[in-house]
Amino acid sequence: MKRVKLRDLVNARAGDKGNRLNLAVVCRDPRDYAAVALALTAERVAQVFAARKPTKVVRYDLPKLAAFNFVLDDVLEGGVNSSLGLDGHGKSLSFLLLDAEIEVAAPK
Amino acid sequence: MVTRVFIGGAAGFAGDRTDAAGPLVEALSKADGPRFLMFETLAERTLALSQLERRRDPSRGYNPSLDRFVAPVLARCLAEQIRIVGNFGAANPRAAALRIQVIAREQGLRSPRIAVVEGDDLTGVLSAQELAARETGGALLRGASDIVAANAYLGAKPIAEALDAGADIVVTGRVVDSALALGPLAHAFRWRWDDWDRLAAGTLAGHLLECGAQITGGYFADPGVKDVPGLAEVGYPLAEIEANGAIVIGKPDGTGGRVDRQTVIEQILYEIHDPAAYLVPDVVLDLSDVTVEEIGANRVRIVGARGHPAPATLKATVCVDAGVLGEVEISYAGPNAAARARLAAEVIRDRFARRAPDFKFRVDAVGVTSILADDDGALRGPWAGGNDVRLRFAARGAKPDDVRMLLDEVEGLYCAGPAGGAGVRRHVTPRLASASCLIERRFAKPSISMIEAPG
Repeated sequence: MKRVKLRDLVNARAGDKGNRLNLAVVCRDPRDYAAVALALTAERVAQVFAARKPTKVVRYDLPKLAAFNFVLDDVLEGGVNSSLGLDGHGKSLSFLLLDAEIEVAAPK
Repeated sequence: MVTRVFIGGAAGFAGDRTDAAGPLVEALSKADGPRFLMFETLAERTLALSQLERRRDPSRGYNPSLDRFVAPVLARCLAEQIRIVGNFGAANPRAAALRIQVIAREQGLRSPRIAVVEGDDLTGVLSAQELAARETGGALLRGASDIVAANAYLGAKPIAEALDAGADIVVTGRVVDSALALGPLAHAFRWRWDDWDRLAAGTLAGHLLECGAQITGGYFADPGVKDVPGLAEVGYPLAEIEANGAIVIGKPDGTGGRVDRQTVIEQILYEIHDPAAYLVPDVVLDLSDVTVEEIGANRVRIVGARGHPAPATLKATVCVDAGVLGEVEISYAGPNAAARARLAAEVIRDRFARRAPDFKFRVDAVGVTSILADDDGALRGPWAGGNDVRLRFAARGAKPDDVRMLLDEVEGLYCAGPAGGAGVRRHVTPRLASASCLIERRFAKPSISMIEAPG
């Protein structure tokens, strides 16, 4: 196994609905899908966002797109209408995820 | 028989670029088939802001950039039979239609047939208490008396009917964004309203177009990792849809940006919750079997959308007054800047601890740690490094006076804080909060009227 930055394997895009964040995660190379699926669990994402105290994290799998959709509840500090932070939409939060590391099988 | 329909996505939010439509209209004028230009300019709060404007001036309340969106392309669209569909009517679609008639007259054009879709406004239909009883996922409306705006998301059917009636331009208020594409498609292909897979495909086409450049390289570029050529002149998306629901996304020749598997998949999942059940008024879209294929340079084909019967209820967004956001900033630069900024934050915390211990506020150190931090500071790392730090304080209040002490205290750092405190800016911004409701369909009856040139 080796540790890699998610940023080396996947793209990510953040979207919001109220106080809920969604993170689309797309494997740049579809062949990495299985390895990412194994390592990037909902629990792992909840860990990365622990400081924002998500009440629920769900992963939806889209194998035909080599992509995942993560939905994190209550992590936007009220969302764009009531957050005190500069980024109430959470648009920057895809990069918090991309900076995280996962363990994947070493290349053959 | 129509085999292929072309739709350009010229705007993705109220403040989007107003010069994006030009290259799309150029490309659409060469397209062989029915062609449409779509403007999505109505985010959740945009409509409430428009409602406030309409209260001040009954002839306003539509998108303030309407002239800049429509005027540059109106003549060409009318001449080339490129029909315009936009939700830039916001809180006053009728006034927007009249304004477009005036623009046409000023340009010496024939009077366009402009259809207005109304019926989304729920104020006067449901009381604050009745809306509160239908709120989902929160209790913002409980006890609220002053509703600023309450609007149901209408579907694509009234848009299709307006086009059936010969409208050159369709102006709406709140409709689900994707309906701005599904309406034209259902009209052009004569899709039935229970042909769920096709309604799903049309909804997906709309979803891919509704954020403008977000599918052509915008909100995507990351130098060295995800490079986008010509981002400054990024082309907005042009969709070709076949009668069976297959979609090809491209962009006008000569524009910047990129359209490929990566840009398209990011946008397929943008602001999606359960990909198997994306609810809009006309259908439930299931993305599970969607596939994408790069079929040429900057051309991606998307197939496999599946549909399920439309949901029983409609979603509505309700906005209420939410007081004010107070923000105040001060900068520290040069050697030891981060330490001086930190001292400034401690001084403010100290003074509030003695004078107003219950007052809650947030501190950001822009240049050290800010937008990835949180209100409690739990994500915050050490205040090390950074020789150009913008310190920002923020708090909420019911009225401007509630946040004034914070603004004053930070401004006081000029003379009484750490060395070199510079560039104080203070802002107090009114806020609106929004709630989601599920309402019975009978409360939102769409109506269509044709607006002629004023006499």
